[in-house]
Amino acid sequence: MGRIPATLIEETARELMARAAIDIPPDYREGIVRARERETGRLSRFVLTEMLANWEIATADRRPMCADTGLPRYYVKLGNEAAVEGGLVALERALRRATAEATAAIPLRPNRVHPLTRADPNTNVGVHAPEIAYSVEPGADWIDVTTVHKGGLFGTDWRMLFPGDGVAGIKRFFVDTLVEGGKRGLACQPAIVGVGVGGAKDTCMRLGKEAACLRVVGSKNPDPAAAALEEELTALGNGIGIGAMGFAGTAMVVATHVELAHTHTGGMPVAIHQFCLSSRRATGRIHPDGRVEHRADPVWFTDYYRRSGIE
Amino acid sequence: MAIERLDDVRMDTVHLTTPVPARDLRRLKLGDVVYISGVLYTAREGVYRRVVDKGLPLPPGLADLSNVNFHCSPAASVRPDGSYAVEAVTATASFRFGRSMAAWFERSGAKVIVGKAGLTERAYREWFVPHGAVYLTTVGYGLGATYGRSIRRVLGVHWLAELGIAQALWVLEVDRIGPFLVEGDADGRSLFALANREINARLAEVYKSLPPPALGRFGEVIVRTDEVV
Repeated sequence: MGRIPATLIEETARELMARAAIDIPPDYREGIVRARERETGRLSRFVLTEMLANWEIATADRRPMCADTGLPRYYVKLGNEAAVEGGLVALERALRRATAEATAAIPLRPNRVHPLTRADPNTNVGVHAPEIAYSVEPGADWIDVTTVHKGGLFGTDWRMLFPGDGVAGIKRFFVDTLVEGGKRGLACQPAIVGVGVGGAKDTCMRLGKEAACLRVVGSKNPDPAAAALEEELTALGNGIGIGAMGFAGTAMVVATHVELAHTHTGGMPVAIHQFCLSSRRATGRIHPDGRVEHRADPVWFTDYYRRSGIE
Repeated sequence: MAIERLDDVRMDTVHLTTPVPARDLRRLKLGDVVYISGVLYTAREGVYRRVVDKGLPLPPGLADLSNVNFHCSPAASVRPDGSYAVEAVTATASFRFGRSMAAWFERSGAKVIVGKAGLTERAYREWFVPHGAVYLTTVGYGLGATYGRSIRRVLGVHWLAELGIAQALWVLEVDRIGPFLVEGDADGRSLFALANREINARLAEVYKSLPPPALGRFGEVIVRTDEVV
């Protein structure tokens, strides 16, 4: 079976970086079109109208939709039968090179700095940067590369809840987080809100982030309890009375995505993440014969990824 | 008519030219939709650390060039031929720079801050009004491409080596860059303060069926109408 050349991965990753920074994903755009139609607040509606126009300018001019191009990172899904020339070390080198090249070429804002000295290499590459997360998929010989560009200062929180807090506790924490980040529009809402429930602390943080960034608007969690919670949380968030930029309004949440992990019997850790008005992601599937298919849906949460059985 | 509620906001369109004269600033009403032509420059914590905290001199001639300070880092790069590519600009949250602003206004002569999410009315009264400064908020947030399209050219960039691309002081010539909204007016009133009052009035109802969690968090803000900024 053919090995995927690392040069193809690098070339694809560069292209993904540009697409993510410039072109708003269609599922999110449609969500904002619907939110704007429902929005009753005059100022909030004005904001959404301007955002829709901004995305058209970005695509027409091939310039980034937002100057805070976030912390570019990668999610790689490896087909169980896929192989890369030079192995996964070559893949990681390709992704780091693509990040530095795309930062200069698009250009992206070089956001990544040393956390203490604040020195900026101007490449978006550094210690543990960009993050590369992996998952595997059985019966596949391709590699999916997804890049996500997400800002990260506001709108995310984690909390240890307990079984006695129940679903009402999740709802309360959800509203707390949305109100806190929603005033003045610090969280750049209306957002795709990812909610990670369960696992260990870091598991719920990871799942909440992936739920926000790697599921498309309109998708549902296959677990009926999670799917019901998604709908309830969306309605709750849009009923707070906060719209875009923290003006009075109805558009706070474009979609809520809940992801679950089996957790400690005594606890219920919950993480909330808001993917902003520049919800930037792009995915490409690289086949061993050299074909690259670009698509809007990362398809990160597969049945295998969410598996619960022993085998 | 005095603006007491969000519904009173007229969203009149205003065009400003830099350096913006004091009489134009006094006329701005909360929620006016503002476009700026002329020259503006970016400055945020990296620049304030140098000028306000360390007392280093401003780039020569900056105060004469513009009185508009954008709390912004551009998506920019230096091309191989030494020229600059600035494709998108958006603001960063301004509340973090509040403590630097009074000294900054004194040193720079800035009268207009363009940023994200504004400051509190108290901050405007203490730090902005005494210096005749107003605050315009960017819209979105994230009109990076819209604002980027209005940049005519990069007039200069200062402290690129010391601060990096994101924190450097970029001097930009702009043509009708906007829309921005008047958030803090010449009297120190705030559009977001109006919005928060209306939002806060509903919060008790929103929380009616949401019990507090079993375990509180140390130092937790428990007054829901308070802000975290």
